[in-house]
Amino acid sequence: MAEILTLRDAVKRFVNDGDTVALEGFTHLIPTAAGHEIIRQGKKDLTLVRMTPDLIYDQLIGAGCARKLIFSWGGNPGVGSLHRLRDAVEKQWPQPLEIEEHSHADLANAYVAGASGLPFAVLRAYAGSDLPKVNPLIKTVTCPFTGEVLAAVPSVRPDITVIHAQKADRKGNVLLWGILGVQKEAALAAKRCIVTVEEIVDDLNAPMNSCVLPTWALTAVCHVPGGAHPSYAHGYNERDNRFYQAWDPIARDRETFSAWIDEYIHGTADFNEFQAKLATAQEAK
Amino acid sequence: MAYSTNEMMTVAAARRLQNGSVCFVGIGLPSKAANLARLTSSPDVVLIYESGPIGAKPSVLPLSIGDGELAETADTVVPTGEIFRYWLQGGRIDVGFLGAAQVDRFGNINTTVVGDYHQPKVRLPGAGGAPEIAGSAKSVLIILKQSSRSFVDKLDFVTSVGHGEGGDSRKRLGLPGAGPVGIITDLCIMEPEEGSHEFVVTALHPGVTREQVVAATGWAIRFAEQVSVTAEPTETELTALRDLEARTAAAHGQAPGEA
Repeated sequence: MAEILTLRDAVKRFVNDGDTVALEGFTHLIPTAAGHEIIRQGKKDLTLVRMTPDLIYDQLIGAGCARKLIFSWGGNPGVGSLHRLRDAVEKQWPQPLEIEEHSHADLANAYVAGASGLPFAVLRAYAGSDLPKVNPLIKTVTCPFTGEVLAAVPSVRPDITVIHAQKADRKGNVLLWGILGVQKEAALAAKRCIVTVEEIVDDLNAPMNSCVLPTWALTAVCHVPGGAHPSYAHGYNERDNRFYQAWDPIARDRETFSAWIDEYIHGTADFNEFQAKLATAQEAK
Repeated sequence: MAYSTNEMMTVAAARRLQNGSVCFVGIGLPSKAANLARLTSSPDVVLIYESGPIGAKPSVLPLSIGDGELAETADTVVPTGEIFRYWLQGGRIDVGFLGAAQVDRFGNINTTVVGDYHQPKVRLPGAGGAPEIAGSAKSVLIILKQSSRSFVDKLDFVTSVGHGEGGDSRKRLGLPGAGPVGIITDLCIMEPEEGSHEFVVTALHPGVTREQVVAATGWAIRFAEQVSVTAEPTETELTALRDLEARTAAAHGQAPGEA
């Protein structure tokens, strides 16, 4: 059974230094509030897994929380580069970042394999690509029935996955909808799973066959409305495209980035305070 | 109607999508061209985005690959793993529509690094869905602006394979799809030459000279025996494109040129 906790308590108890952490959400339902809380609590030496690192990992990498990044597309969607990711890869700032690079099809399959309790995923991929030359974990396997040579990649099995979702009930069952990405697979592939939600209700009223994660498959559920910002939660809020654009100049420069982290993350007690501060700053503009 | 070279590129790319075909769409230029096709010549084209929407019919262009508009207008939304497993690898995609940072004469694509992988001059976003789209879609279209920096003699990194080293490379690699069948730029259209699979210019956009194309290509680009001139964008095409861009800019709070 999932415990209903504050995000601060959930991160304190279930995210450890050195963990392999997946904060998933394919553009939609990105658990930004959890990323902030990990920075606030100064977690270190994390191996971060995410198909699209996005702003959430740009912040964790720049804040010095990450030792390694496992990913498949590292840009600021619709805007350009992730400058903190690039600075870490190109100039080792604030510390060296080991990267393990895959394709989307590979990582999506690797999450499916992780959730399935399998050691590796098999897919038709990478023939003719240079990626296997720079990622020795991309190997091949020969089909025992047809002889076809296919790609074999290790499954993703995080110590802890965090996702954002729309609703939970008071027992901690979670309902999500819209673009699901790999949310369900990432949750079930992990040893522990925290879900932040827009609201907690008496009854999910989930239609048959909808995407429900049962409470007994989760570790903790935290009520964090708007916790995916600047990503979005379908039906609750919209993607803040302006923030994605505003992030570019903030992250471009080490000083402006560090000042932003100090003011907005270390300078706030939790995501509620962060949102209030951000709103005040935006009104002042 | 007067038009820009970028508009010519988008219109020329949109015309390549046949009505009723199933298209796996990359974000950015491919998405713009694919939606223009849906709004003009190919109303029944099926647009699939890697985040999960199948049959998306957005009224404004998505800024990210997972915008809510894509989900709301889709016939169905499936998990990302399913998109790659059942729909792409399962052999149901007619056209993979890709952008690129760099492309070579065989339509191989680099979106990973400029310079050495371990000490890159420029770190690019990486693979995303492209390597498997390039491998498994029945055919591939590539759209990007042409310059000698983007059309290079040798790629620093092959992220997604086109025709490999040319000839029967794809067959030897065991790739199921036919690979790239067209590269559409702001200057011209290139198609693979039969046999060698090297891309040659088959159409110049109106007013573009061979010298311009040569200067904007990093390898010794060749021209097909018959080089046609692309038909100018029609009023219908331009109006549909400009309306789409204006709706997009208004929805995303951008200036008109940004969309």
